Amino acid sequence: MFVKFLTSAIRISAIFLFGSTGEIITEKSGHLNLGVPGVMSVGAAVGCLSEYYLIKSIGTSVPFLLVLVPLIVTFLAGAAMGALYSFLTVTLRANQNVTGLAMTTFGVGLAGHLINLIKAKMAVIARASKYYTNLFPVDDKLGWFGEIFLSHGILVYLAIIVAVAAQLILNRTRIGLHLRAVGENPATADAAGINVSRYKYLATCIGCGISGLGGLFCIMDYMGGNWDDVHFLEGFGWLSIALVIFTLWRPALAILGSIIFGGLYIASSYISGITFAQIELIKALPYVVTIIVLIVTSILNSKETQPPASLGLNYFREER
Amino acid sequence: MDKPIAIQLKNITKTFGEVIANKNVDMDVRKGEILSVLGENGSGKTTLMNMIAGIYYPDEGQIYIDGEEVSIRSPKDAFRYKIGMIHQHFKLVDVFSAAQNIVLGVRGEKYNLKEVNARVREMSEKYGFHIDPKKKIHEMSVSEKQTVEIVKVLYRGADILILDEPTAVLTPQEIDKLFAVLRTMRDDGKSIIIITHKLNEVMAISDRVAVLRKGEHIATVETANTTEQELTEMMVGKKVSLNIDRPMPVNCRKRLEVRNLTFINNEGIRILDDVNFDAFSGEILGIAGIAGSGQRELLESIAGLQIPTEGASIEYYPPEKSQTEESGQESEEEFFKEENVGEIPAGEQLIGKSPLQIREMGIRLSFVPEDRLGMGLVGNMDIIDNMMLRSYRKGHSIFLDRKGPENLAEKIIKSLEVSTPSAKTPVRRLSGGNVQKVLVGREIAASPTVLLAAYPVRGLDINSSYTIYNLLTEQKKKGVCVIFVGEDLDVLLELCDRIMVIGSGRITGILDGRTAKKEEIGLLMVKNQREEREDYEE
Repeated sequence: MFVKFLTSAIRISAIFLFGSTGEIITEKSGHLNLGVPGVMSVGAAVGCLSEYYLIKSIGTSVPFLLVLVPLIVTFLAGAAMGALYSFLTVTLRANQNVTGLAMTTFGVGLAGHLINLIKAKMAVIARASKYYTNLFPVDDKLGWFGEIFLSHGILVYLAIIVAVAAQLILNRTRIGLHLRAVGENPATADAAGINVSRYKYLATCIGCGISGLGGLFCIMDYMGGNWDDVHFLEGFGWLSIALVIFTLWRPALAILGSIIFGGLYIASSYISGITFAQIELIKALPYVVTIIVLIVTSILNSKETQPPASLGLNYFREER
Repeated sequence: MDKPIAIQLKNITKTFGEVIANKNVDMDVRKGEILSVLGENGSGKTTLMNMIAGIYYPDEGQIYIDGEEVSIRSPKDAFRYKIGMIHQHFKLVDVFSAAQNIVLGVRGEKYNLKEVNARVREMSEKYGFHIDPKKKIHEMSVSEKQTVEIVKVLYRGADILILDEPTAVLTPQEIDKLFAVLRTMRDDGKSIIIITHKLNEVMAISDRVAVLRKGEHIATVETANTTEQELTEMMVGKKVSLNIDRPMPVNCRKRLEVRNLTFINNEGIRILDDVNFDAFSGEILGIAGIAGSGQRELLESIAGLQIPTEGASIEYYPPEKSQTEESGQESEEEFFKEENVGEIPAGEQLIGKSPLQIREMGIRLSFVPEDRLGMGLVGNMDIIDNMMLRSYRKGHSIFLDRKGPENLAEKIIKSLEVSTPSAKTPVRRLSGGNVQKVLVGREIAASPTVLLAAYPVRGLDINSSYTIYNLLTEQKKKGVCVIFVGEDLDVLLELCDRIMVIGSGRITGILDGRTAKKEEIGLLMVKNQREEREDYEE
């Protein structure tokens, strides 16, 4: 029972992990993107479309391409959403909160429209789902170890690799140092000769691309290629943003945090004899723990646990 | 004598909208010299330097480095030409260590903090400053932060260093240390430009002085061949004596009695330590001290914005009726009518009261905060709406009375010569001096009995400053108890009747403004700091 629970929690955690790793990268550049739900939805929808047309044109003879191509397309679709957000907030200096919320409504709507194009043919995509799951064929022989660690699809491992890579890049490289400087104090970064806008654009686009993968994983792996309710991905998007706060802007912590969020999200189906209302209450737990983290870090008031200092503030060099 | 020229500016012009910041400026800086750029606030010193540092780009004109014309479009370009600027507001990332800040933006070498630390230590020894490369910026003192800034530009191999008002935030001891470092760097062949408006420092440190006035370059002279008097004349265009009108205080009565005032901030630091003093009606009590010695917390405690530790007492003694009538105020406020004539009332405790409660007690306390657009006025609101921030509680209708504030706004604009398109202009769009006039005008219009003013002339040109001095003196004549926190000792010495010196949160002395000496105040300002620093440094 517990092995099964943990396995499921790890599996679903990939959605949160992609979402929050992407958002951490974006926020480290000082931009609070509340459009993650929209980015995930658009990423997933465009990914599904590419999956469908790919199967229609080349069939299912090369399973490898059926994963790789949608993966790249989804990343690019997410990055395109990021580019739109960056254009509005970096170049035109629109309010980040308003823009982010608009990206969510726009993204969810656009995704609904796109997915309607192939609504009748979702079964084709559902068949491709099996290429996303069970990366290693060895799991049954290894008992609980195999089930917990080796039974997942490729995207689960990719999510963890991306999070570890993000952690290393942010803290161990010059690029990471520059990116953090941009988010902490853009005027300082600018004066140090760092191209602030370029860092903001790239961080937002790459971040959104990664977040988008969370949407693709959710539909292709977790949901097995089904997507009935267009608003389904929205909740995961908001939880990913909450997870960023929960993990104090650290991708490595997000690996653990996403498993906790995943566990809390699915906990209700592992407890028998509870009412619908109780299920919904349990699903709200990730938000509750996020608020507790916020309270604790605010009380501690340590500089090390605070969000990037200019998070949410647009930068204009010649402002007087 | 004539060292080679490092950087030359020709015909530089820069405008912001309709405001001309610099006009046809010609200037040059030689290798191995310290050049002071002297000018009043708003004379375009910082803008000019920002163009060398790549923050702004000139509209017209050329810049030559080592005789070759260059185009400096960004700070990155400036680094390429070995130009480094140390800004007045430090450009450091708080959560980074000194070393991380120093390598920020440096390219073309391996990212290895250990090597950086070693190089920083080596550089520190060469020029004689103390710095711990691993210390986080948010744990540092202002002087340490400035050192990091200097190392930052040196690390990039800068040969031309620009320092924007480097001494504004330092104690006299720290200034001496800084100057020693600058001289070492000069002797090492570097060109150093200091932006300042402090004449004594110009005379002490620089080899040559370039004077700017209203965006134009007036002259560059050898420091050895000039006098403070001459520089002042060039700087302001006409002979300026600090002749601030200071009538003798009359009819002084105790207005505020502060006892055992201690304030400990959120981080547990003792910002104010057992402060005791009295303030009288009809006088200007000046508060002198290095920025951040507790001046702000002191005023905010009186205004009811900060809660001091237990045992503190701030008592307020209301004026007698006769006195108020003499001063010719319209006593539209009701509490005066209820008051007994001639009797000296008992003091009223202000501690534990919010600003609103203090006002409801009938105490007219006006506060001109340091942070004008943050605490004093709302930048996006127009002058009329800002007037209403003080009067919104008047009247009984559910709608606001706009007529009164409108008249008041017009009155202030006219009497204080606020230059603004109209009373409906957002205050954010006004210049610093005009913003301050609006704020002071509003606070004075409330006919206060106590007027607290924190750095009311900071960032203002000379004429606006004098307007403010006159306003404060007028209030004093009306019998108001004025508490003035200032930074320019000359002003304090000519404006205030008494000068209270605060050092690290303690009152280190209360002097008579007419007889006190500048050096005396300077010593008192650093008294506590020096004691504390001794064990810290060695």
